[in-house]
Amino acid sequence: MELIKLTIDNRTVEVEKGTTIFHAAKKLGIEIPTLCYMNLNDLNIEHKPGGCRVCVVEVEGRRNLAPSCATECVEGMVVKTNSIRVLNSRRTVLELILSDHPFDCLICAKSGNCDLQSLAIKMGVRSIPFQGAKSTYKPDFSPAIIRDMDKCIMCRRCETMCNDFQTVGVLSGINRGFEAVVAPAFERDLDHSECTYCGQCVAVCPTGALTEVDHTPQVIRALADPAKTVVVQTAPAVRAALGEEFGLEPGTLVTGKLAAALRRLGFDYVFDTDFAADLTIMEEGSELLDRLGKFLNGDKSVKLPMLTSCCPGWVNFFEHNFTDLLDVPSTARSPQQMFGSIAKSYFAEKIKVDRKNMVVVSIMPCVAKKFECTREEFKVDGNPDVDFSISTRELAALIKGSNIDFNSLPDEDYDNPLGESTGAGVIFGVTGGVIEAAVRTAYELHTKKTLDKVDFKQLRGLEGIRAASVDFDGVEIKIGIAHGLGNARKLLEDVRAGKSEFHAIEIMACPGGCIGGGGQPLHHGNSAILKARSKAIYTEDEMKVLRKSHENPYIIKLYEEYLGKPLSDKAHHLLHTHYFAKETTHIDID
Amino acid sequence: MAKFKMHMLVCGGTGCRASASDMLYKNLKKEIQEKGLENEVQVVTTGCFGFCEQGPIVKMIPDNTFYVGVKPEDAAEIVAEHAIKGRKVNRLLYKDPVKKEHVSDSRHMGFYKKQIRIALRNCGLMDPENIGEYLAADGYEALGKVLAEMTPEEAIQVVIDSGLRGRGGGGFPTGLKWKIAHGVKGDPKYVVCNADEGDPGAFMDRSILEGDPHSVLEAMAINGYCIGASKGLIYIRAEYPLAIKRLKIAIEQAREYGLLGNDILGSGFNFDIELRYGAGAFVCGEETALIHSMEGLRGEPTFKPPFPAQSGYMGMPTNVNNVETYANIPVIFNKGAKWFSSIGTEKSKGTKVFALAGKINNVGLIEVPMGITLREVIFEIGGGIKGGKKFKAVQTGGPSGGCLTEKHLDAPIDYDNLLASGSMMGSGGMIVMDEDDCMVSVAKFYLEFTVEESCGKCSPCRIGNKRLHESLDKITKGQATLEDLDKLRNLANVIKDTSLCGLGQTSPNPVLSTLDNFYEEYVAHVIDHTCPSGKCKDLIRYEIIPENCVGCTACARNCPVNCISGERKQVHLIDQSLCIKCGACMEKCKFNAVTII
Amino acid sequence: MTKIKSLADLKKMKADLQSKIALREKSENPEGRVQVKVAMATCGIASGAKEVMEFLVEELEKRNIDAIVTQTGCMGYCYAEPTIEVTLPNQEPVVFGYVDKKKADDIIEKYIKTGELLEGIIPVNYEKID
Repeated sequence: MELIKLTIDNRTVEVEKGTTIFHAAKKLGIEIPTLCYMNLNDLNIEHKPGGCRVCVVEVEGRRNLAPSCATECVEGMVVKTNSIRVLNSRRTVLELILSDHPFDCLICAKSGNCDLQSLAIKMGVRSIPFQGAKSTYKPDFSPAIIRDMDKCIMCRRCETMCNDFQTVGVLSGINRGFEAVVAPAFERDLDHSECTYCGQCVAVCPTGALTEVDHTPQVIRALADPAKTVVVQTAPAVRAALGEEFGLEPGTLVTGKLAAALRRLGFDYVFDTDFAADLTIMEEGSELLDRLGKFLNGDKSVKLPMLTSCCPGWVNFFEHNFTDLLDVPSTARSPQQMFGSIAKSYFAEKIKVDRKNMVVVSIMPCVAKKFECTREEFKVDGNPDVDFSISTRELAALIKGSNIDFNSLPDEDYDNPLGESTGAGVIFGVTGGVIEAAVRTAYELHTKKTLDKVDFKQLRGLEGIRAASVDFDGVEIKIGIAHGLGNARKLLEDVRAGKSEFHAIEIMACPGGCIGGGGQPLHHGNSAILKARSKAIYTEDEMKVLRKSHENPYIIKLYEEYLGKPLSDKAHHLLHTHYFAKETTHIDID
Repeated sequence: MAKFKMHMLVCGGTGCRASASDMLYKNLKKEIQEKGLENEVQVVTTGCFGFCEQGPIVKMIPDNTFYVGVKPEDAAEIVAEHAIKGRKVNRLLYKDPVKKEHVSDSRHMGFYKKQIRIALRNCGLMDPENIGEYLAADGYEALGKVLAEMTPEEAIQVVIDSGLRGRGGGGFPTGLKWKIAHGVKGDPKYVVCNADEGDPGAFMDRSILEGDPHSVLEAMAINGYCIGASKGLIYIRAEYPLAIKRLKIAIEQAREYGLLGNDILGSGFNFDIELRYGAGAFVCGEETALIHSMEGLRGEPTFKPPFPAQSGYMGMPTNVNNVETYANIPVIFNKGAKWFSSIGTEKSKGTKVFALAGKINNVGLIEVPMGITLREVIFEIGGGIKGGKKFKAVQTGGPSGGCLTEKHLDAPIDYDNLLASGSMMGSGGMIVMDEDDCMVSVAKFYLEFTVEESCGKCSPCRIGNKRLHESLDKITKGQATLEDLDKLRNLANVIKDTSLCGLGQTSPNPVLSTLDNFYEEYVAHVIDHTCPSGKCKDLIRYEIIPENCVGCTACARNCPVNCISGERKQVHLIDQSLCIKCGACMEKCKFNAVTII
Repeated sequence: MTKIKSLADLKKMKADLQSKIALREKSENPEGRVQVKVAMATCGIASGAKEVMEFLVEELEKRNIDAIVTQTGCMGYCYAEPTIEVTLPNQEPVVFGYVDKKKADDIIEKYIKTGELLEGIIPVNYEKID
């Protein structure tokens, strides 16, 4: 490893060859401000387009200023990060960016969580010397994401996520000069693009240009309506991240406070999506065993690997990009939709409420869930199984706006019957969790033996694509795991080419799985936060007495009372779905 | 084979073709045939002569008679008089603007006198669609020599020794660029010719490709041999259909003759060339943006390093040179690095092609040795300012160059001098301005271009140039203050200092150089709310001088908005509230009764 | 078309092709060469100027003399047609009258090759303007 010595602000520092000035300065404790720069270390994404020019520094002997995020250190380099030339330029550049930005901070969704706002505060900007034209675009309202390009600062982080990481390829720079903007091809709406609504663009957007659709007003209205029974479900990953919105350390589990807060908000029944996750395992696990058994017996009509289908971003992705493989994913609905379906049938019948008078709200770490619950196939006579899906961030805002001091709330339990869950349901929130949960159940159902060690560490981790095998009593089950749609695409292309050796594959659209979902508190590219959330999820799993889905007593009861057995006709009707080949963007320029 | 005693060279450049030179060529051919002279007189379509101001051009060889503004219907007279009787057609001869005399021999034209044509050597001399003519003029001999007698290292040394620098704008030493690309490991490597000529008014690259495409192909092959590339790409804007057509013909012919393809001239070296079309974005002249555009991505620059030599087209080592740079290469090998470096100044060797335009008599394409002065170019080659007006400024380096004044006229032109005086070489645009030009408006005009052509990637260029333009607009409307001028200068400097690529780093040059050289003009707009050149509509008004007005009604009849009133033989009056300041009244008045205030 | 296989082939090809454009290259730099102008107006042509011109073009090339032969209009010496004007490098032009093939041959051999003046020179009595 070659070391390089350089001087930054009159101090010497030694760094590895290839280190940028920005990182070298950091080593000296000098924080050079950045705006477009983004580093998701463990995901191998370093976005440094050198576009915003906020991080410029003076390098001796160089004609112009250098962007520190993209300029590599050279032996003997002399750098100044705070000369008058640098400070004046940096401020002027920031003023320019602000001069083309709406001044609606007070009512902006990102207020308080906006990189541009923070930078303006840090630099003490009090006035903007430039007045002139501002970019104005028609806001784009999709079912899940709002694009308000007036607030776009062309950092292009969303493009990196959409194109390089997710390989979805919807967002890219179009037009030139002052009119340049990030948009789907031909400036179409997201709704008419191949967007999967994974929300990773929203998760990295430094300003309010990309935000999730806000459904809190509808939720508040439902809560206030005495004629409605409002049922809420909370996704596994929410409990591992919500605390961050209230100043708690990343990785703080707030399951009990979450239930308490929802009850104080006025939800009639506080249930857990984890219950539905256990139900998913019953159906998906049985489907896997069924397909696997036939496959191992030489039935050529059965296709393997089987792919998980809990992630709505992932479903959107293959409906657009792998229309020839629609029979490969499991037909099991996602936990959110299984929950909605059961709540508005089994549970509604139980409490004798007409499904039309029941409102199901889901709290999701996800943006794509907003789209998923609007799908026609998840409605009965036009009435959706899940009425509203709000993100972890929206819930936090709802709690704050309702005068609830979240941190001082007592820990409360979920309601029954749809609030009980096992550890297997909890780990759905992290990459590898769904398949681990499935393995726990499938193993016991297949081998008829009790699993003593339920932790399958070989399935865990933050590696983008992982391969592992599990011994099913002499039968080696090969499992593939991918998170991030770019990684998923690689596994899918192998499947398409007939090269895949896996029996089952788990896919999550977001980095880290749901813990890094597009609806989570913004992690600003800090992968330490993802790791902490992941740890919290596994901790909750370990704390549970029951850790295998099929041991959940309320699941057992549900089958006894209502569904019969997994994959029964009724289960198929209520808990399974089918997939559609979506048109790819066709070009008609009118 | 016919032994021609006379050649008629008809310009087939885009400019002359626009004035029906292809029709003219056909008519000449027809006349020659009808008069039975097809074995004596050869009619040839050539590339651009550079003297576009007065095209279409026909040059008669061997007596160098230079006919200008020739129309298709003049063919009969030229053949009957010049070809048969040997009498020059006087009315078609070039007329010296100063001496007002016809000049019959092109060598005596001021326009050509001081020129040294290296890059343009074959333009206007040979048929670009006939490889035979190129071969006859030492064509592909440089490539042959390099392949047969030199190692890549030796050949690169020749280019280094010649002192040739990139003609596309930056002026980076070409030999050094090749050496770096040679030294980087990678397979395949690529050679790219940048033919995305984007400076408004500059058309030297187009002229070379139209007039002498083989010289560029030959140079690219040499370049390929030197750096170890077997694939060449020419990135050319789709708006250059004629250049594309001729390049395609040239590539086809070169392949047919085995000068492109496998085992060229028995050397074992393989090299072939393909065309890539651009949509004409100015920023795609920047090499990283150009490469992205070729890859099918958005044409916007990326931070260097990595340089294209390290990671270029498809991530492979790539050498990018501009058309004019390449056109110099074969000559350097044929005549020697020493010969080439004997032309020019200490740090800028050889010649440079300029596109002369603006308020100048001889608009056109010229090639002059480095070190020539602006005065020689403007007043000798360019024939001075149109209409006997006073010279005010000359803008070099395209839209991102600076405006130079009287005091810069005698400095020798080279890369470093132009940079030191606040402008640049650029790709060789040269626009001359006279006393009627308002320098604030000129700066605004150029900013309009860069605002339009910025790719929008980096904030200072995307937003900063817009703000510069808005600020200049304010000044031309008399709404700015002195403080705005300080802000303008600061903003211009910051954009220069912080922009990502060459476009933004140079786009404020017109503002900064006019602020430096014509500050008083800015002050006049800001403090006195006047435009000294009478160009800024918001700051002027047209008025009728009662003493001069005879009441002829010409102004009133020609006013498009009917805002001039007055009876016949009475003094007329302009209604300022309705006047759109088009200037029609002033133009029509024969009595100097309309004035700008 | 067969491909060119070597540098030697290329050079041979060039030699074959060169004459096609030699005239254009020569005209770029006439000062170092012998320039011959043949008056080819009606009077000249009637007196045989065309044959003289053809003879000059062919013979000068045969005898390896680097010369440019151009036609020009009437020089005004109609009484002495055909007339030709010969300019040796760095010398004043000299006009010869009554030039036939034999006279032309003399002019090449004596005046052009050795600079020896011949009979029949017409004194130039005007200034040219071009």
